[in-house]
Amino acid sequence: MHQVDLTLNKELTKVEGSAVLDIKITKGKIEHCRFGITEYKRFYTQAMRGKPYKTLPALLARICGTCSNAHLLCSIEACEHALGIKPSQQTQLMKKLTMYGLNIRDHALHLYLFVMPDMYGKDSFLSLDENDPEQHQILHDAFEIKAAGNYLSIIIAGRSVHAVNPAIGGWLKIPTAEEIKQAIKKLTAARSAVLRTVERFANCKFSFDRQTHFMALVANPFSYLEGKIISDKGDSIEEADFHNHLQHKVIPYSQASGYTFSGETYMVGALARINLAKDSLHTKTKASLTEVLKRFPSTNIFDNNLAQAIEILHCLDHSVEILENYSFNQEQPVPPTQIEGVGIGVIEAPRGTLYHKVIIDKQGVVTEGEIVVPTGQNQINIEQDMARLVEELLPTNPSADELQQELEKLIRAYDPCMSCASHFLKLNIDAT
Amino acid sequence: MSDKISTGKITTKKLRIGWFTFSCCEDSTVLFTELLNDHWQEWKKLLDIRYARVLQSKNVLDELDVAFVEGALASPEHVEKIKEIRRKSKKIVAIGACAVMGLPSAQRNKFDPERLEEIEHILSRFSYMDHVQKLSDVITVDAQVPGCPMDEKKFLQVLNQMLKEFNIVTE
Repeated sequence: MHQVDLTLNKELTKVEGSAVLDIKITKGKIEHCRFGITEYKRFYTQAMRGKPYKTLPALLARICGTCSNAHLLCSIEACEHALGIKPSQQTQLMKKLTMYGLNIRDHALHLYLFVMPDMYGKDSFLSLDENDPEQHQILHDAFEIKAAGNYLSIIIAGRSVHAVNPAIGGWLKIPTAEEIKQAIKKLTAARSAVLRTVERFANCKFSFDRQTHFMALVANPFSYLEGKIISDKGDSIEEADFHNHLQHKVIPYSQASGYTFSGETYMVGALARINLAKDSLHTKTKASLTEVLKRFPSTNIFDNNLAQAIEILHCLDHSVEILENYSFNQEQPVPPTQIEGVGIGVIEAPRGTLYHKVIIDKQGVVTEGEIVVPTGQNQINIEQDMARLVEELLPTNPSADELQQELEKLIRAYDPCMSCASHFLKLNIDAT
Repeated sequence: MSDKISTGKITTKKLRIGWFTFSCCEDSTVLFTELLNDHWQEWKKLLDIRYARVLQSKNVLDELDVAFVEGALASPEHVEKIKEIRRKSKKIVAIGACAVMGLPSAQRNKFDPERLEEIEHILSRFSYMDHVQKLSDVITVDAQVPGCPMDEKKFLQVLNQMLKEFNIVTE
């Protein structure tokens, strides 16, 4: 048995936000193995109190750059539920398209800029070799897919980051006929690049088996916005009850906090969604991916990457169908039916289930709110998996660099977002 | 996007840049990665990316021509780091609202006593500074790209200007 002494305390790269791996091994024994979120809190949960509710969604979008449009829509939904607003069918479609644009560009960012370098032994995606035909194709596919998703976000939501068109009760601007035509063209053209993406991640040999529970907001047809929260254990929960099943766990050395569900750790995100709802994907997506979909439900954490690639195809196929068949008309936002209330919004953000709660008083002022983000829910799993991976690797006498690289690969598979996760620390000062 | 950067002749020298992030939501980093969709081939030729946590693992903070810095400063470590970046960079560009004016990251600066009390234990446990600062509170900033997220056109203008200033592209 090797008697390794090793200390790692290094910033993670190619992830969203700031985190460290903090590992100490003495004489071949793990003293600690931590995934610490080092992002500084910006205190949105405190800042939201006292704000007029109409300003809330745009404020909370600033929690996170990459999933800003998910926070925006979730906060809008919470406000709509608080004030008894039922948006029109067209608004619901616009929300769907916003989530599709977001997932296409955000998943592609993760898969190509963060994960792909690991698969090719490169430090950076941009250092893939343009003169190698296969790598050349990968470079072009990545930016074509990202650009199509980015364009869809812009024409529907106004911007791909901190969107300006979505409003409480409705939508401020609809896309022009020419924009819709362009979006259909770009998305359709990117479809073969997406199919190649699925194939690349289906062929990826990375593997880490993880028996855990999976949870997602699920509907049929597949949706990021509607449905019930279900789990592999057979739970089926209404959005409004979700929080009653969560237990908040303080992680003293991290600036974020973790959650368990009915006392057990669980995973949210693309893998959970595909594991639980692959049958409800778009017909065209299912027809193209018959073989690949047989792999799910999967307990290989790296299949989260494949699940993201599959979701890109669903988002693309359904977006094209909506854009080709629906004619958009300018509408007035639906007004509130009550002046005060408590509202809960739950949506599937790219990284998993996102929960916003808001309390609005008679003056239209936010008195309280709460937010639960996907990375907070995955954090305990991530740490447990890290410890197991270190145990598995120790007999091979790894160098610090090798250990860092293997752990980063695994953490990236979860696609954590530290900008989001840092906001929900409830620290017990007595904890050590 | 039509506004390509390299209008003139390209020399063999590359612009040595770093992309740094302090306290913020990283929205401008995301926009930067979206700008890559149209500009990556051109930027591969023009930019020597020495430091960018979002893109690569091997990052070095040595002599930079231009440091692009997003986010506000929330801790003494942030202040030390930005001073180090200043010492090692010929130009510093503040990127996005938090770097340029502090907000929204600095919203706790204006909290009432009740809210301050709620967050005090976190501030002290993780050694936050009493006040979040914008970059120009601590260092000299050479150029700014305001916006939440950053204004893309302005960013391309500033980058273009830097490419000319450091003779990477000539008219």
